[in-house]
Amino acid sequence: MAETLLKIEGLKTYFFTEAGIVKAVDNVSFDVRKGESLGLVGESGSGKTVTALSVLRIVPKPGKIVEGKIEFKGEDLLEKNETEMQAMRGREIAIIFQDPSSSLNPIFNVETQLRDVLLAHEKISKEECRKKIIDLMNLVGIPEAEIRMREFPHQFSGGMKQRVAIARALALQPTLLFADEPTTSLDVTIQAQVLDLLEELKKKLGMSLVMITHDMGIIAKMTTRVVVMYAGNVCEIAKTEDLYEHPRHPYTALLLAAVPRLDRKKKLRIIPGNIPNLIEPPSGCRFHPRCEYATGKCAEEPPVLEEVEPEHFVACYEWKNISLKGENH
Amino acid sequence: MDDSNFVQVRNLVKYFPVYSRGVLTKKQIGQVHAVDNISFDINRRETFALVGESGCGKTTTARLILNLIEPTSGEVFIDGENIYEKFKSADKEEKLKLRRKMQMIFQNPYGSLDPRMTVNDIISEPFVIHQHVAKEKRQERVYELLNLVGLEEYHAERYPHEFSGGQRQRICIARALAVEPEFIVADEPVSSLDVSIRAQILNLLGDLQKIMGLSFLYISHDLSSVRQISQRVGVMYLGEIVELADTDELFDNPLHPYTQALIEAVPIPDPKAKGIKARLLGEVPSPITPPSGCRFNPRCPFAKTVCAERRPGLTEVKSGHFVACAQA
Repeated sequence: MAETLLKIEGLKTYFFTEAGIVKAVDNVSFDVRKGESLGLVGESGSGKTVTALSVLRIVPKPGKIVEGKIEFKGEDLLEKNETEMQAMRGREIAIIFQDPSSSLNPIFNVETQLRDVLLAHEKISKEECRKKIIDLMNLVGIPEAEIRMREFPHQFSGGMKQRVAIARALALQPTLLFADEPTTSLDVTIQAQVLDLLEELKKKLGMSLVMITHDMGIIAKMTTRVVVMYAGNVCEIAKTEDLYEHPRHPYTALLLAAVPRLDRKKKLRIIPGNIPNLIEPPSGCRFHPRCEYATGKCAEEPPVLEEVEPEHFVACYEWKNISLKGENH
Repeated sequence: MDDSNFVQVRNLVKYFPVYSRGVLTKKQIGQVHAVDNISFDINRRETFALVGESGCGKTTTARLILNLIEPTSGEVFIDGENIYEKFKSADKEEKLKLRRKMQMIFQNPYGSLDPRMTVNDIISEPFVIHQHVAKEKRQERVYELLNLVGLEEYHAERYPHEFSGGQRQRICIARALAVEPEFIVADEPVSSLDVSIRAQILNLLGDLQKIMGLSFLYISHDLSSVRQISQRVGVMYLGEIVELADTDELFDNPLHPYTQALIEAVPIPDPKAKGIKARLLGEVPSPITPPSGCRFNPRCPFAKTVCAERRPGLTEVKSGHFVACAQA
């Protein structure tokens, strides 16, 4: 088994709003290994983005990391001060956001935005910096780099903008890259291009990739291990193939059954009800009000992740008593 | 009753003018070829899907069919009536009668519901406009519609902001059904919803079609949901229909290189699914200056010189399977 790069333990990130405390991430633990592609899957409000922001310690106000441990290369990130954290961001851990139109600055050209990243961390000459920028743009497949680096974000198409965002994230060759729904705002054919690029770059640079998405198709294509999140909790962790073949958590199984497939027609299962309000989340297992297998115990005490077979963890009291169907049954 | 050709779209064209940026003088410098000469039919009790990437003209087509915008040229017949002539000539009553036949469900249920109206007001507004339900029966009808789309009677007194995205889309569906339409245009009805909610709405649309015998024009960029819900599909690229066939036929045996690339590009939710064979390179060209000949030719891996010279028309290569490609 590969070495652990990032270890999150009992992370709690809450948002202190006027309406109450939103428990966006509540007791989340998982790890990311060196060189692996990990999928972080869940619906909106499941806490996947906030988890990534917590690792980078850029949770927006009124959010706050309340408790937990985030160990990166053996050091606890939560004990670092802001200057030390700044040195980590970009150089060690980087992030790509969902919407490249809003994550790039519209009033600076691409060259300036990439140069800012490079010069913030490295002392290099102007000439060297220019060369690096051209190399980066070539790396992410932007043609005519020397001309296009002088252009502004609005002169780029959506797919090209996302390539610029990827170039910026990779400028300092981080060891860990979070990609937060990097293709949701793109068309399918452009999405395929960007996913291919990410996969290729990951191999080339040997970094770890955490793919945050709600798209079970992207998870299947891009990752080797998956963490399934629901309403701020982790409900299942498994190897991608195991998860699709033998999901153990009722939520995972329903999530798989609710997604239509292009290669065949199937009866779509419905997940009844709605995503819970995180100010007053359901007691016990947060999925129990929507779960057909729920028993009295599920409403009382939140279940903890237990290893049901090697590398397969599930947080469910009933996993032994239920048999769930995967994608090919 | 003959079920075929309930909606007929004939040589529909829509160009949007593009103006120069002058302050005092406004000069037309070009036009966006949003929809360029498309024709198709939708049968009664059928879901016909239009699929394509952003900017290919699917939403413009939807708006044209409902006469929300005027076409540059072309005709649309609904139930045998030429709707553009009807809307130009007919008196108000006739127009309303025609409007009652068709309804639309929009993409974003956050933008398509008036935040200051209660659900009851929203769903009963069509009754006020069309006067087809007696005043004393309206309340009862609102409850019926709410039940039909899976909501409860007490929801009628609430405002849109009190609902989740999926519930809002249900309200939109109830509103569309209030006039008892025969034809519904659904423009990306699930793309703003969460995955677990999408299946609920897709299944609801399918059930409603069965119960009420509706015809649907389903517009989407999501091929998986198109396969799930529709019986026939038209694939659009840069304002043109490049392929049209029965759903299973189209997905199992795509003939146009663009359709093939589009299908290849969708990740299958199964780690054991086969990898991708060919990848479409480049991006969609500008619809202001579309490529000559076949509009797909600059990105097409099989393009020959003839493709850049002549624009291929839709030809029937198999019963019910049409494709616009010189090489297919």
